[in-house]
Amino acid sequence: MKTLLSELRQRAVAELTAAQDAATLDSLRVKYLGKKGELTAVLKQMGKLSAEERPIMGQLANEIRAELEGTLETKKQEIAAKALELKLQSETLDVTMPGKKQELGRKHPMYNVLDQIKEIFIGMGFEIVDGPEIELADYNFTKLNIDEGHPSREWTDTFYFTEDSKYLLRTQTSPMQVRTMETHPLPIRMLAPGRVYRKDEVDATHSPMFHQIEGMVIDKGITMADLKATLNLVVQQIYGEGTVTRFRPHHFPFTEPSCEMDIQCHKCGGKGCPTCKGEGWIEILGAGMVHPKVLSGCGIDPDEYSGWAFGMGLERLAMGEYKINDLRLIFENDERFLKQF
Amino acid sequence: MLLSRKWLNEFVSLPISEVGDHDFAEAMTISGSKVEVTTNPGAEIKNVVVGVVKEIVRHENSDHMWICQIDVGAEELVQIVTGAQNVKVGDYVPVAMHNSWLPGGVHITKGKLRGVVSNGMLCSVKELNVTTHDFPYAIDDGIFILSDDPELAGTLTPGQDILPIIGGDDSLVEFEITPNRPDCLCMLGLAREAAVTFNKPLMLHDPVVKAEAGDDINNYASVTIEDAELCPRYTARLVKNVKIAPSPLWMRERLRAAGMRSINNIVDITNYVMLELGQPMHAFDFSCVEGGHIIVRRAKEGETLTTIEGATRQLTPNMLVIADENKPVAVAGIKGGENSEIVGDTAMVLFESANFHGPTTRRTATALGMRTDASARFEKGLDVENTYLAVQRACELVEMLGVGEVVEGVIDVMPNKREATKLTLVPDKINALLGTDIPREEMVKYLLDLGFGVEGDEITVPSWRMDVEHYSDIAEEVARFFGYNNIPNQMAASGVSAGGYSEKQKFEMELGAACRSCGYDEIITYSFISPNYYNKINLPENSPKRDSFKILNPLGEDTSIMRTTTLPSMLEIISRNYNYRNKSAKLYEIGKIYLKREGDLLADEPRILSLGAYGSDMDFFNMKGVIETIFEQFHTEDVWFEADSTNPSYHPGRCAKVFAGGQEIGVFGQIHPLVAANYGVDAEIYTAELSFDAMMAVKGGLPVYQPLPKFPASTRDIAVVCDISVPVAKLARCIKNAGGAYLEQCDLFDVYQGKGVAEGKKSVAFNLTLRAEDRSLTGEEAENTVKKILSALEKEYNAVLR
Repeated sequence: MKTLLSELRQRAVAELTAAQDAATLDSLRVKYLGKKGELTAVLKQMGKLSAEERPIMGQLANEIRAELEGTLETKKQEIAAKALELKLQSETLDVTMPGKKQELGRKHPMYNVLDQIKEIFIGMGFEIVDGPEIELADYNFTKLNIDEGHPSREWTDTFYFTEDSKYLLRTQTSPMQVRTMETHPLPIRMLAPGRVYRKDEVDATHSPMFHQIEGMVIDKGITMADLKATLNLVVQQIYGEGTVTRFRPHHFPFTEPSCEMDIQCHKCGGKGCPTCKGEGWIEILGAGMVHPKVLSGCGIDPDEYSGWAFGMGLERLAMGEYKINDLRLIFENDERFLKQF
Repeated sequence: MLLSRKWLNEFVSLPISEVGDHDFAEAMTISGSKVEVTTNPGAEIKNVVVGVVKEIVRHENSDHMWICQIDVGAEELVQIVTGAQNVKVGDYVPVAMHNSWLPGGVHITKGKLRGVVSNGMLCSVKELNVTTHDFPYAIDDGIFILSDDPELAGTLTPGQDILPIIGGDDSLVEFEITPNRPDCLCMLGLAREAAVTFNKPLMLHDPVVKAEAGDDINNYASVTIEDAELCPRYTARLVKNVKIAPSPLWMRERLRAAGMRSINNIVDITNYVMLELGQPMHAFDFSCVEGGHIIVRRAKEGETLTTIEGATRQLTPNMLVIADENKPVAVAGIKGGENSEIVGDTAMVLFESANFHGPTTRRTATALGMRTDASARFEKGLDVENTYLAVQRACELVEMLGVGEVVEGVIDVMPNKREATKLTLVPDKINALLGTDIPREEMVKYLLDLGFGVEGDEITVPSWRMDVEHYSDIAEEVARFFGYNNIPNQMAASGVSAGGYSEKQKFEMELGAACRSCGYDEIITYSFISPNYYNKINLPENSPKRDSFKILNPLGEDTSIMRTTTLPSMLEIISRNYNYRNKSAKLYEIGKIYLKREGDLLADEPRILSLGAYGSDMDFFNMKGVIETIFEQFHTEDVWFEADSTNPSYHPGRCAKVFAGGQEIGVFGQIHPLVAANYGVDAEIYTAELSFDAMMAVKGGLPVYQPLPKFPASTRDIAVVCDISVPVAKLARCIKNAGGAYLEQCDLFDVYQGKGVAEGKKSVAFNLTLRAEDRSLTGEEAENTVKKILSALEKEYNAVLR
């Protein structure tokens, strides 16, 4: 019997070791270790043995069973690992193939820039206000110290709705200065972006509709030094730390003193190049101290309060930021353009 | 305004050699006179010298060329071949030497002309970028014979640089003058600014008129102002025995530097005075002024005037004219009439130096399409005190140039005296406004230098500074010369304010973000449209949406009314993208519409969310899904849709009204194929028009956490067959009502018509999720719920289990 067992063991180990797949392995398990398997068959003959031999053979048979089971398990894992390896290999992808994109929409580039500016001013405690585009001449002109007879009031420059020239499309966001001063409690820190309209034929730099951003501060003790400091801070945030600026005298009927603010051309560092038309500087906004006449016209005592205001063109800012060379692209809304931002 | 730096030195000593062009431009810009550009007229000309012709012989191989030997001051003569016919021995000519440069980047080198060596070129006026207006003794078609000009002859030396002779050694500074500073539209005004900017003395000159002819202007002329508002002042002087001739070289050179053409001595004097003092003038041939009577009046209805350049102008009573007793002789402040023009045999000249109403001058110039150097100055409003000085200066020049004899006496009509503006100097107030600490003495110095009077605290504003009328204007004068860039950058100490976005602004940003997350790109469209666009979107004639704000003076029909609907704007952009052959587009805009309202003539300007899309992935339910997604994003409840077959812009079977929170929000669907055709689009277009305000009103509040389920759900699929006409939403609602507390969710997963389903019927399949909050449902409970649902479906919609 011992011989029988040892022969069985040898054969089984050899066959198990040779097995290449899970199915073979399983059939070997049935063949040797199953209920009707060879080892079981040998053990069934134990009854014929003497009482002395029986425990010894029993122990031997159990040892063989344990060994075969161990071999079987090892082999099984080996085969599984191999199978997995093959499967993974077969699943290999060309990772350079394009991804499946989620097509998100884009914000209009100009509003990207506008939002950036709004954030800057909100960070400085400004409120964003909105107002009518169909406006009274009183607000667009008269209360801003732009008298009858001023060229900008001509029908060749401004769109009108009534023959008496009282109702018009606002030509600037500045009427929001007046509207805010008339209704908002003091002090005021406001930003008023919006659409404005002028009678300009469409070309690469003109559009009958465009956007301005108006800003205004009214409080006690507001000075031109405050205007400069605040706008400098804004410009550093838009154009980066260390941007060199300068202020030049200019003229707006509703501010006095008035100024324009330039930044030093980032391309040539002020030496003069095509970007800055040789000037070394790029004009970015107009500003000034709110005219005392405008203040008192809005019921604010100019001896007690003062303020400053600024206005800038959004299109030009966005065009500069994204190097857009034709204003018409902004309003054309070609998908191929919109998808670039 | 073009400023000649050479000329400027007559008023303030700032030689180009001492203050370079760049520094000059910087300093002037910083003090408020913005320099656009500085040009050097001679910059392109190099190595061109004066030569004298010593010998001329015919070119052997040419019937028109000449071989010249030119003395250019060198030891040897220079041989140059020319095709011009006007050169004689002894002529002084401009010689472009070998390796010289001419305007336009023309490089001259030696070469052979039909076999004969030519070591350069003789130049015409054109080749030196000057004209026969600048050099009236020269001809256009030939070499510029310098020595033909009596003033140049005798001053020329062979070999001398041509540039000083043709004004090429000047720098011309182009200023952008703001409309409040017409006083800077002349040499004197800019010189005053330059003097204060560079802290140099301003050299002024008082004209002296000898009027040796005696006589009296009143023996010949009289002036009547009929409209003193439009003509506050009219000053005139008379010159007799006039000899019309070219002006002297120095005057021609200055006119040219300022960008003006030299015409003749009298006309040039008027232009010169305008450039020097800023007062436009006019010269009449006095023999053409009938009755010797100048009448300043409004034009009569139907009156015409042929102006100097030959065009006949239709005049209206809104326009001011200078007339004699019978006819207009000039459009006031704009242009003179041909009928009184200075001509070669003019013998007696009346100089006009007047002040005209700015807006009237501007409107007249615009109406006549004739903006002149004079009108451009008048329209800004000129100094009424300047007319006398100007007419005196003109007469001084007449005497200086020997043009004629000035008649004694000045006619000076000024119906209303002008009072000087007086202001009070309060240095503290100025410093408080600027945020500076400028001493009083410094302020006073700037003001005095600028021509203001200061006595004690009283400031007298000079007559030419009509823009100064307030202490803040004085602050600006001080700030300009103290230097804007020397004002400290000092933020005011102010209280903290909250700032931030309003709820509406936040909603607008979130709504935009929601659209973008659905793949829609933002667009910006014009607020104005063409009235014809309402036809294009098939709006009925009587639609209230056609009641738009109408621009009375639009640029064109296409931008003539304010939109009451955003649909045409969106379709315009869709159509454009389609025409550009973009395969698909998904677009959104949160834009205003403009609606008439009660109470005033202003507009309600509500915002509309417009969506628009086309492309292979687009269908009705795609657009609907986006709308549902957006509502979900805002936790809006009670969203439903109702078919709308009556909207004329949309496909009658593919259009729905959108409701949420009990409000009508808007409409969406497929654009009617005929409307799409109107826009040239042969594809299905889907659009939505949703009220921004309504969407904001119905948006859900802050979400409240709902405990997650603890017990498993049972799911059941049912398919029922019903009439095709029964809307799925109604079946779903029926299921929800019948399902009671156990029905957690009901999802449509299939709609089928065709084989196996009777004609006129459809099979609709739902997936039901059933769950109890507190236990696992038994099979029996689930079955009972499904049974209740099925019986309700059958009862209400005759929908039976398939």
